Amino acid sequence: MTLQAITANRLGDGLSVFLAEDGSWSTDFAQSRVVEDGEAASLEDAGEAAVAANHIVGPYLIDVEAVEGGYRATKYRERIRIDGPSRETRPGDHKHGDHKPGANRAA
Amino acid sequence: MYQYDEFDHAHVRQRTEQFRGQVARRLSGELSEDEFRPLRLMNGVYLQLHAYMLRVAIPYGTLSAVQMRKLAHIARVYDKGYGHFTTRQNIQYNWPKLEELPDILGELAEVEMHAIQTSGNCIRNVTADQYAGAAADEIEDPRIWAEIIRQWSSLHPEFSFLPRKFKIAITGSPTDRAAVKVHDIGLRMHLNAAGDPGFEVLVGGGLGRTPMIAKTCRAWVSKHDLLAYLEAILRVYNLHGRRDNKYKARIKILVHELGIDEFRREVDEEFEHLRDGALVLPVEEVARIEKHFAPHPFETLPVKSDVLLSYRSVNFDFARWYAVNTFPHKADGYRIVNISLKPEGGVPGDATADQMDAIADIADRYSFSEICVAHEQNLVLAHVKQDDLFTLWQKLVELELATPNIRQITDIISCPGLDFCTLANARSIPVAQRISQRFSDLKRQWNVGDITLNISGCINACGHHHVGNIGILGVDRKGEEYYQITLGGRADENAQVGKIIGPAFPYDDVVDAIETVVETYLDARTEGETFLETYDRVGQEPFKEKLYATA
Repeated sequence: MTLQAITANRLGDGLSVFLAEDGSWSTDFAQSRVVEDGEAASLEDAGEAAVAANHIVGPYLIDVEAVEGGYRATKYRERIRIDGPSRETRPGDHKHGDHKPGANRAA
Repeated sequence: MYQYDEFDHAHVRQRTEQFRGQVARRLSGELSEDEFRPLRLMNGVYLQLHAYMLRVAIPYGTLSAVQMRKLAHIARVYDKGYGHFTTRQNIQYNWPKLEELPDILGELAEVEMHAIQTSGNCIRNVTADQYAGAAADEIEDPRIWAEIIRQWSSLHPEFSFLPRKFKIAITGSPTDRAAVKVHDIGLRMHLNAAGDPGFEVLVGGGLGRTPMIAKTCRAWVSKHDLLAYLEAILRVYNLHGRRDNKYKARIKILVHELGIDEFRREVDEEFEHLRDGALVLPVEEVARIEKHFAPHPFETLPVKSDVLLSYRSVNFDFARWYAVNTFPHKADGYRIVNISLKPEGGVPGDATADQMDAIADIADRYSFSEICVAHEQNLVLAHVKQDDLFTLWQKLVELELATPNIRQITDIISCPGLDFCTLANARSIPVAQRISQRFSDLKRQWNVGDITLNISGCINACGHHHVGNIGILGVDRKGEEYYQITLGGRADENAQVGKIIGPAFPYDDVVDAIETVVETYLDARTEGETFLETYDRVGQEPFKEKLYATA
């Protein structure tokens, strides 16, 4: 049985988000609601509703697998989406999970 | 450099305000994503793997120091403190928020910049030789005509919905640094038998899944006829280019399927209708644009600088940087400086906001406030006095912008790859970083010598892998990243597409494979032979043997 989660981009800032257990869309994959693929329709329904509410763009299901301490995406493409760019970071650059655009903006 | 007139200003401001309204309607839900997508793409806004991406046009790669500071400001305030210079001589921001994009475009408009026609099936930013206006071997500054083409192609009503995107590149030198033969149209300035400058018009070049080298459509077209001739080509393409299949929609496929002779015949027929008509520019209009590109007020200086000579003799690092990163200038006593955006282990083409600001200051002080983006993802200060080179180099060293590796194996062209791009099948940047680290010993790099290494993360070939002396193409093989190696490509006036050497290598092995290719070359080369010369002489076999012997 395959496990699935659902991802999308947030409309306002474009960041990749994941449907969380509590029904919110979080940038933190660790909060993801994970279901067996027979129940994926519930994720898709939540995605459609969030699209209709102008909250997210382009939701799609991703395959995940159980690993120690949680889940990880099966495909490396989605792992990069979850972890942020795999390249070495450089000053001023952060993984997108803690991305705070404008945080360094002058007052 | 060119400065906007009232029409340019009005047009860019109107577009910014129009987009502001479109974004507001998208955020409120009045526009769906399907409705909004074409509108945002017309303004250079993509939705990528992690976030929105904004591609800002830098016409023919030329920037003023003021514009560079604005790019730094945008990186710092609206993004994550860096930008990525591309093979199209543009800059991309990887993390802008949709909500803030109208403000970003407003900021760009203040310095005569925008993101119009950086996406979509229209005529894209015209690219040019990064040494334009400076190269010793140049006939004339090609940016005069690049600017004229920019104006002709901006919002051209007939060519806003072409079968596919359309890219034009132009060079004013016999040495092609602008890769004109792998563009939809390549323009190469040269003199005809009477000694008049005009353009060889090449057509149907391109990379992607069907790489092709452009063919000569007409050997010499006068400046007088240039726009009419270009319009004739675009008309033939617009009429006959395929719209049923995205992968066969580029002009290269049309030229290939019709044959260059039949294609030329149709262009000539169209050209006869157009020539000497509305597309002949008034002499005073050409003169107005020429004025913007008038040579800078260079000082009268001796050919050789004693200051330079003495520093070169006492400082080895400077001497190597001078030899590798600078280039002859048309004016005595001046030199073209390449700023490498390929530090050891760095992301090819990335510059931080602080670096951009510092480069702007350096350009103000040493190079007539002008900066050019090279399609190899480096920056150029085109007009530096030889006397100033040592001081300038010291500043670049402090900024980590003095890596002496132009056209060396770590001067890698790389697309963003799967780390950012939704189209990619594999990562490019970490492969470039690992190769850069593997060959970090500068003496080893210089021993390898003149070579180009290009990486693309998918067959769309944004990283120009087909025309790298060594090309690397990332592919997905059953959920694993694999890398196909091609050898023998080149993007210059003798452009050719590289050949695949054999089965692809997994991510963990590709850097070793590149090292094997380089070692094979070093073993096989004769005195003074470049990688390409050796490869052309010995062919694929020795490389195949070494790469796959133990496999």
